[in-house]
Amino acid sequence: MALMKYAPQALKNLFMKPATKKYPLEKPVYPDGSRGHVTISIDECISCGMCARACPNGALKVDRNAGTWTIDRFDCIACGYCVLKCPKKCLFMEKGYQTPGPEKKEETFTKSPEVLAAEEEKRKEAARKAAEAKAAMAAKAAGESKPAEEKKD
Amino acid sequence: MDVKIPDNELEVITVSDLLKRVLELKKSGFRFSQANAALIDGKLELSYSFSDYENYALHTLRIVADTGEEIPSITQIIPAAVFYENEMKELFGARIMLIDTDLNDRLYRIRQKTPFGKKETEAE
Amino acid sequence: MGKRSVIPFGPQHPVLPEPIHIDLVVEDEKVVEAIPSIGFVHRGLESLAEKKDFNQMVYVAERTCGICSFQHGMGYCESVEHIFGVEVPRRARFLRTIWAELSRMHSHLLWLGLLADGFGYENLFYQCWRIREKILDLHELTAGGRLIFSVNKVGGVTKDIEKEKLEEILRTLDEADDELRVIRSVFFEDRTVLSRLKGVGVLSKEQINELGAVGPFARASGVRVDMRMLGYAAYNELSFIPIVSNDGDCYARCFIRMMELFQSIKLIREAIGKIPEEKEIEVPVKGNPDGEYFMRVEQPRGEAFYYVKASGKPLLDRMRIRTPTFANIPALCEMLKSSEIADVGLLVLTIDPCISCTER
Repeated sequence: MALMKYAPQALKNLFMKPATKKYPLEKPVYPDGSRGHVTISIDECISCGMCARACPNGALKVDRNAGTWTIDRFDCIACGYCVLKCPKKCLFMEKGYQTPGPEKKEETFTKSPEVLAAEEEKRKEAARKAAEAKAAMAAKAAGESKPAEEKKD
Repeated sequence: MDVKIPDNELEVITVSDLLKRVLELKKSGFRFSQANAALIDGKLELSYSFSDYENYALHTLRIVADTGEEIPSITQIIPAAVFYENEMKELFGARIMLIDTDLNDRLYRIRQKTPFGKKETEAE
Repeated sequence: MGKRSVIPFGPQHPVLPEPIHIDLVVEDEKVVEAIPSIGFVHRGLESLAEKKDFNQMVYVAERTCGICSFQHGMGYCESVEHIFGVEVPRRARFLRTIWAELSRMHSHLLWLGLLADGFGYENLFYQCWRIREKILDLHELTAGGRLIFSVNKVGGVTKDIEKEKLEEILRTLDEADDELRVIRSVFFEDRTVLSRLKGVGVLSKEQINELGAVGPFARASGVRVDMRMLGYAAYNELSFIPIVSNDGDCYARCFIRMMELFQSIKLIREAIGKIPEEKEIEVPVKGNPDGEYFMRVEQPRGEAFYYVKASGKPLLDRMRIRTPTFANIPALCEMLKSSEIADVGLLVLTIDPCISCTER
């Protein structure tokens, strides 16, 4: 008799708490390792752009000079490939899903001023060294290249 | 469980041999599995896969044809191929002749004609 | 002979939230011919192979289907791994098997629920989906996503399932097993169910072979075909035999999927018992693929076919996914002929159509 098969379940349901949650009041609980959204600890980022190149959707933008990392959360498919690819391991997959919104917008993370200043310093240093090396090369080449230039003409 | 090592055979044939080979495979107990097309270096590569469900062997017939070349339909021998051939015709622009139920570009209700096929501009 | 008229079925239909359109030629109440057309949501995923490199394609392949996404990712990865000739670590192969079977369970439960809904048994629909919810929670616990796993990569898997989580899987499966037994007895014994499913849409073994149907749909008609017998992932180390029925009607299709749920539970338990302790879950893959391979995997809906052709470049020349539903459409049209018009919705449902994944 198939009719009474659900009697135990029906009785249970009578005394059970509702399976649903009162959502905005009661926050959902996600298990650890749930792929919700990508976050970055931006100060460790070296702006290499690996994540932006790896992203299957092209949702990421990295600006080395401005020190920013931009994500279009509405394009992000939360696959976690950028997290895998990051050489500094400064990208993380966090719990909690992307909330809906009235319009598509991007979220930009900027490095803190100290880090930016330090990077700027480094870049200047590198540029100075490069310029010095170039000058030295030019000076060295200047002596030798004259015959070569004449040949070219 | 006894492990089945799949026999993955690929046989390149000419267009004129297609029907003969298909018939031979069907007679030897193979079942039609799938057909697909690929546009590689301006030539159409059509693959017809047959599998034997007794020992899970896979036998693939491959024909390489020019985009304008007429290819006979195998639907008279294998009715299952009807939608594959319609697909190859609609998406890749393969000229498959005498399909049993020719849907005339009505299988895929898409705006663009032969989206994966040879582009008109390339052809010129 | 009555007057013939054409009734359009779909692309929007209450039974079937999937965009397939079938022109039904009817004579009185009988269908005499069915002509399908698809392509309403064609996405051109296959042609994305020209733009994304073969590693990114894993995520594209996975998103072919929302229900059997794991198996799509796995099938694609296995075919690229075959081209590379790499051996995936044993633990990774077991993990793939566990995830594949979990997603098979979730897909079959979804289908059983939809079937119950299709013939108007709302209560049974909710009971099926209640169990499915538990499986989905397991997905999120182990892989991080409820439907899209994103754990496959070329050369292995990216996430390990720890011991505690494996035990959690076993615990949930025990619960699900008990609840499934109740549902099984309803599906197999209830008068409402039997009167709607028995003897409807019968296809013989010869017809199935002729029309190239695959998966539970083919197994319900006595065709002993199950691609898991190929022994990909860790199936070669597990013991199982394909479930086959000889009736070939809607009830047999329901029977096959119901029994496969129990088979999946058994397979997962066996896989968790045999999973090796090693830490390694991926092997590095260097360079670009060069070659081509045809790969077949058994999805909840049947045999899916992957064809990958590469020529030593990061971009693939061609990726082809033949989804099981595409192979089942000719047999569906054959089945619709000579059926009653009232059964059409149910018959379309019994092939477990996934039209959106057919529209790669």
